[in-house]
Amino acid sequence: MKATKIASIPIADHKIQPASRTQRPFLRKLNKYKWLLIMTLPGIIYLFINNYIPMYGIILAFKNYNYVDGIWGSPWAGFDNFKFLFQSPDAYIITRNTVLYNVAFISINLVLSLLVALLMNEIKDKVISRFYQSTFLLPHIISMVIVAYLVYSFLNVENGLVNRLLALFHIDPIAWYSNPDYWPYILIIVNAWKGVGYSAIIYFAAIIGIDKEYYEAATIDGASKWKQMTRITLPLIAPVITTLTLLAVSGILRSDFGLFYQVPMNSGALLPTTNTIDTFVYRAMIQLGDIGMSSAAGVYQSAVCFVLILGANLAVRKINKQNSLF
Amino acid sequence: MKQSRLYTVSIHSFFWLFTLASLLPFLFIFIISISSESSINAKGYSFFPSGISFAAYKFLFYDFTEILKAYGVTIFCTILGVILCLFITTLLAYPLSRMELPFRSSISFYIFFTMLFSGGMVPWYLTFTNIIPLKNTLLAMVIPGMLLSAFNVLLMRSFFMNSIPDSVVESAAIDGATEFKIFYKIIIPLSLPIIATIGLFSTLGFWNDWYNCMLFIDNPDLYNIQYLMTKSLTNIQFLLMKSNQSNQVGDILATMPTETVRMALAIIGLAPLLFAYPFFQKYYISGITTGAVKG
Repeated sequence: MKATKIASIPIADHKIQPASRTQRPFLRKLNKYKWLLIMTLPGIIYLFINNYIPMYGIILAFKNYNYVDGIWGSPWAGFDNFKFLFQSPDAYIITRNTVLYNVAFISINLVLSLLVALLMNEIKDKVISRFYQSTFLLPHIISMVIVAYLVYSFLNVENGLVNRLLALFHIDPIAWYSNPDYWPYILIIVNAWKGVGYSAIIYFAAIIGIDKEYYEAATIDGASKWKQMTRITLPLIAPVITTLTLLAVSGILRSDFGLFYQVPMNSGALLPTTNTIDTFVYRAMIQLGDIGMSSAAGVYQSAVCFVLILGANLAVRKINKQNSLF
Repeated sequence: MKQSRLYTVSIHSFFWLFTLASLLPFLFIFIISISSESSINAKGYSFFPSGISFAAYKFLFYDFTEILKAYGVTIFCTILGVILCLFITTLLAYPLSRMELPFRSSISFYIFFTMLFSGGMVPWYLTFTNIIPLKNTLLAMVIPGMLLSAFNVLLMRSFFMNSIPDSVVESAAIDGATEFKIFYKIIIPLSLPIIATIGLFSTLGFWNDWYNCMLFIDNPDLYNIQYLMTKSLTNIQFLLMKSNQSNQVGDILATMPTETVRMALAIIGLAPLLFAYPFFQKYYISGITTGAVKG
């Protein structure tokens, strides 16, 4: 005890001196790196305006916004906007739609794109494999506007291909754009058409990264193709699958605005099955001018997503630290 | 090991089905756009029209100014946007790749946090209409939400860290090069692949944008091509009403091959991307795969 006490005095003494000196090396370091720090400024300022000011704007959800008083002057509303939102039937419908569509999109796209990626690995001809990859990716690079045109060419009531084909079987034409019942299927198909190629290529890239020796050894041991896929390929790309699925799951309250707004052509009759949180926020803000409720819905979405992504990350860290996102 | 023939054939037929599914819709709208009106009246939209007619294209080219104007807006915003995006992203990503940078972890967190949390669309919209009044300006289709993605910054930062050896920077610093000089004489030339990749992503982002145009632009003269197409899908007459200098709109409307004009417009809006795609698809694919490897 005594010895440590004595020993600690000079150490403490020692600490004071460098402390006063570290100030200057720090400033010197700052000076040395000032140009590098200045280089980051445009980006930092941009993120401040584009991301951080809107984060502060969350207070809008707790205010009774009016254009005259502006963001700062408008009176506080407490949780009234949220109360109003959750008492309306919309809150349930948009949450249900967003979550269910995401569940369907995530699972269907996962299965399809893994299937494509696994089979693509069986194609030995590089040129042909390239050709397939670039055609599957084509739907991904076009805008949702074009997708809406493509869907329209199939679903137009009078002239659309689907109704004309139905007519061949003497089935009455279906008014696709005014009957909400069909839209879950339509949107799932459209989303898969647009997205499967993209994720398949990511999985395929992960698959080609696998060491070929595993397969050679397995072939020598007489493992079938199926065994090789399920016992080598899938386990080895599991980290990529986990990461991508996790990211998708944590965005379960987010939706692709274009898919739900453009493809149903903003048709009011389809809202029961096509309205998601994002389209709701847009319509409440632009068409109804209800700033309070639309920002309340936005906060609800952001807050849940934030909790989900932290939770999902924590869960994965528990299972396997390497797979975690951060 | 020899693969059985049936196995190979079934895999290829699976892929051919997929290929057809990816390509046929595009072919379909093209065929509709050149179908004759009588064919559409009789058979509807069909892969095998009974007559061919270029009336729709003639109609669109007759008064092409609206489409050209919209293309002008798109091209201007894309060029300006991509330049600014690359400028800001590279300048932000490079310093973060230097381990000894002061405040490095704070800045990284500042960037990363924007991926986790957002204020939502409403305050974002009000920021760019009230605080920074961009409504009905071309910059509204360049600045809000499109200039910098945290993901791209992280992607580029890891490229700098993995592909450029520290010794390169150190030796240049010993030779007395300033940080800016190191950046544009050494770092930029060594990072052209990642710059091209992010430039390509961002080009597609600006080219395909209609969301910002829908939110911030009320003036039809500033519509970009994607939003012009959006408007025309629900209401093809929109294209005419926009350019109704003439008082014979009624006449033109009566003669307009409505159904085919719509699809011809889609083809005109899609054409540049389709023609460019074979040339950039290779870079695009390698771009997504490098992005994915990082996660």
